[in-house]
Amino acid sequence: MKIVVCMKQVPSSEARIALASDGVSINTTDVEMAINPYDEYAVEEALQIKEARGEGEVVILSIGPEKTVESIRKCMAMGADRGILVKDEAYLGGDALGTARILADIIKGEAPDLVMCGKLSIDLESDGTAIALAEYLDWAHVSMVQKIEWEDNTTAKCLRSIEGGVELVQVTLPAVLSAEKGLNEPRYPKLKGVMQAKRKPLAETTPSIASEEVNTEAALIKIVSLAPPPDRAGGQKFEGEVSEIVPKVVELLKTEAKVL
Amino acid sequence: MADRILVFAEQRGGSFHKGAFEALGLAKSLGGEVHALVVGSSVASIAPSLGAYGAQTVHTVEDGALELYWSCGYAAALAAAIEKIKPDLVLTVATAMGKDLVPRVAARMKMGLLTNCISLEEADGCFVATKSMYGGKVFSKVKSDGKPIVATLRPAAYPVPEATGSDAVVETLAVTMPTSSRVKVLEVQKMAEGELDVQEADIVVSGGRGLKEPDNFKLVRDLAGSLGAAVGASRAAVDAGWIDHSHQVGQTGKTVSPKLYVAVGISGAIQHLAGMRTAKCILAVNKDPEAPIFNLADYGIVGDLFKVLPELTEAIKKAKQ
Repeated sequence: MKIVVCMKQVPSSEARIALASDGVSINTTDVEMAINPYDEYAVEEALQIKEARGEGEVVILSIGPEKTVESIRKCMAMGADRGILVKDEAYLGGDALGTARILADIIKGEAPDLVMCGKLSIDLESDGTAIALAEYLDWAHVSMVQKIEWEDNTTAKCLRSIEGGVELVQVTLPAVLSAEKGLNEPRYPKLKGVMQAKRKPLAETTPSIASEEVNTEAALIKIVSLAPPPDRAGGQKFEGEVSEIVPKVVELLKTEAKVL
Repeated sequence: MADRILVFAEQRGGSFHKGAFEALGLAKSLGGEVHALVVGSSVASIAPSLGAYGAQTVHTVEDGALELYWSCGYAAALAAAIEKIKPDLVLTVATAMGKDLVPRVAARMKMGLLTNCISLEEADGCFVATKSMYGGKVFSKVKSDGKPIVATLRPAAYPVPEATGSDAVVETLAVTMPTSSRVKVLEVQKMAEGELDVQEADIVVSGGRGLKEPDNFKLVRDLAGSLGAAVGASRAAVDAGWIDHSHQVGQTGKTVSPKLYVAVGISGAIQHLAGMRTAKCILAVNKDPEAPIFNLADYGIVGDLFKVLPELTEAIKKAKQ
């Protein structure tokens, strides 16, 4: 069982985000970078699948700058076997479809049985990559997976959350599965894992598709400006005797805000 | 002006998701021909009603295999509709179905992909969208390059338009279903009776660390009950195992835009605020007057939630009588 996990390095969810002077990017100096949390669930699930079967290989695939190596090594410290990084600047900063094409290009060469992704990258809040990747590979996909139960080596039942309930989806490999929070609890790397990770193979690669070709077939989506979220003025604050302020607030909800 | 817009109107079990109407409302305001596509096992009876929301022509794809959502079959149906209509814009709402369907279709039909738009407009023949990034810490403007695109709208970003027009013309579209599918929805399990989805509800009451222990979520549930609201939670409450992740609001949970959001015992970590700052009205209950949640709240009650919540629940029950 060979599993490729697509991983993106992103500013940690706790990080304060400051806009860069170019108006279309953020300041990344001194920002703590981390494995995209949803990708971390994907890594953990891949490791659990390999462990449950007692054989297999987990390969981390990433597109990003040199610094991404730190996150790939962390995945290796968790247990992943090797890494592949595309760091050529010409391939960075693409939109969701462009990124999916690059990933597909490399995954075709790797020919895994399963690809695991996160359901969303928390930086650009891009949620189409995993599914578009499945289309470019001509594979099945199940997105936003909360639970996976294997029926045999190639067929799984996946639970995904929908509005007002869940869907139970049966999928046969090869497939792309994207992870939702709740799928598992990612492990912390142990010291031994950290030591071993340093010696695991990490290949820098260039996709076979030319960088100019990545975004030629469909509309390219570009960021034209970034801004802080619109301000929300704080409103009225009430302190004091609960029996007095509660009716007051309820009255305001009813008559002023008109939400009751 | 967009020449032709195709709205994928999501339905499950014969009822449209309200996002279908939101998308039609936006499509109508963008001008041009508005087409809608309805996919399912038996949708002929509900299709004409979309005319009232702005669809001029409604295309239907019916097949027994499409009774439940099925990514391969639905993608084939939407791709066929795009072939027929050749729209500049395909629009739907970022629901579990919409998010799952459109990236595949965009990739197949060689169209650009713009997801989770908070707003979408046209400028100089391109589409410009406002999007949330970095968990709502940044709002971005993103632009297409003039070629056709597929876009999803954040649920409730646009209002449901008033139903005014007459029934639409319905055209059936014959689509051969893929036979070699390796994926299938076996069943849909509905939430327990009375339980609401945070992303769908008009009112959300969320609890956080201030509740101290899982049993105290009862106070939040009682208040939610009195309001007819969904129960939400902060990441702290979810990570502590007090409540299931499907209730989490914030950067690694759900983004909500309800009419009223009530935050109980939630201090307002940046990743939580990111998920609820677009609520129309926010009420916060917290004992710490300096809690960041008060910077966003329209109404803030500084006090002990264990005293405030029972009173609030009673007062709301009375006010709604």
